[in-house]
Amino acid sequence: MALLTKKDASLILDPLADNNPITIQVLGICSALAITAELKASVVMAISVLFVLGIGNVVISLLRNIIPSKIRIIVQLIVVATLVIIVDQVLKAFAYELSKTLSVFVGLIITNCIIMGRFEAFALGNGPWKSFLDGIGNALGYGIILIIVGFFRELLGSGTLFGFPVLGNPISKTGLYATGYENNGFMIIPPAALIVVGIIIWIQRSKNKALIEDN
Amino acid sequence: MAINTEKNSYTVIFATLMVIVVGTVLAFLASSLSDKIKENERLEKQQNILYAMGINQNKGEGNVSFIPTDQVAGEFSKYIKEQLIIEGDKITKDDQAYLIDLKKQATAAKNGETRKLPLFIGNKDGSQFYIIPMRGKGLWDAIWGFVALDDKMVVQGVYFDHAAETPGLGANIKQRYFMDDFSGESILDGTKYAGIAVAKGNNDPLNQIKDDNEVDALAGATITGNGVSAMISESVNMYRDYLETIRVK
Repeated sequence: MALLTKKDASLILDPLADNNPITIQVLGICSALAITAELKASVVMAISVLFVLGIGNVVISLLRNIIPSKIRIIVQLIVVATLVIIVDQVLKAFAYELSKTLSVFVGLIITNCIIMGRFEAFALGNGPWKSFLDGIGNALGYGIILIIVGFFRELLGSGTLFGFPVLGNPISKTGLYATGYENNGFMIIPPAALIVVGIIIWIQRSKNKALIEDN
Repeated sequence: MAINTEKNSYTVIFATLMVIVVGTVLAFLASSLSDKIKENERLEKQQNILYAMGINQNKGEGNVSFIPTDQVAGEFSKYIKEQLIIEGDKITKDDQAYLIDLKKQATAAKNGETRKLPLFIGNKDGSQFYIIPMRGKGLWDAIWGFVALDDKMVVQGVYFDHAAETPGLGANIKQRYFMDDFSGESILDGTKYAGIAVAKGNNDPLNQIKDDNEVDALAGATITGNGVSAMISESVNMYRDYLETIRVK
């Protein structure tokens, strides 16, 4: 027996492209704009969301038959906030350096609409294993876009990747800068992320016409 | 067994139980980890103070690299010769002065009490460093740091940190390329304690002009940068009376 049935695999693969949470469902945009100025922050955020969404989806799925529907949103919020606080506290005690880097993301994870969206749309109606796969799939779909946007913004805005100068030194004019190339300061500010996401959406829809809505 | 999850009584019981369970778990976690977290924060403060006076493991132009946590306590007592608490005109020595919470002192000052100002005197290779802790406001939350001065009020090193500035923008105040620019700048403008402004368009990206009380700003982080400027000038002015007594004119 295969580890993943075809249906299970589509739970992971669909959100990567044709049902991507950012480019198709347009969820999680605020964090995609806020933290993609550098690649490192994008990767950290992607991993954090992967962790929280994977576990959160399982917890909600296990509780799905006993959660009163009237207060389900608040229950979801408590689950995600608790998970994030536990992780934050444990890191502060045992991996203090890492927790300093992550602390700014904590608030962003709790308010990330992808997490609440998947709890509400999937975990409340499906078993734990399927919910886990769905959580991983959506977090990866989210992470891929974050990393693509972070890659272009850091490269074009600061001329670095993961903080390493890849285009030369802009101040002493070496590498590409010797030819008169300049960093585009616009790429560093949040509106640039909106444009990069827009271009990704454009490319994706021109490749797959089925994604275009009829008017 | 089917439970009627729609009943009001069930909703209330569920909500109560959930709050109790989650509250207990978090309270237990927080109290069992708090000693460890406090210890980490204490060592970090020592690392930050030493960093500002140039005791660190920075190599070349790379990243910020502190003294490792297992060595920091020893290095701290080796290099930090005196810790003072300045309270109005009264100056007392206290080797726990670095644990003073600046936020609590600011609140106390608002309530009319005299602020306790900690100051650390370090000595490295025969030269004295006067290290002032700072606290201010960034864009989203608090920013803080330490500035090490020599007896001519020239900055020998700084360390900045923040609670929640935007990654890639305001958060870069704790990057070396920003902090290193402050070294060599004077906080004095004539005899006025002007601090150091984080300035846009000062036409000095390499920061070669050291007597302009300005360093080059971070693109896209205007408010955080202004917060740093305000923090430095407010903090050094609180210590002005003391600094005047040690300044070599």
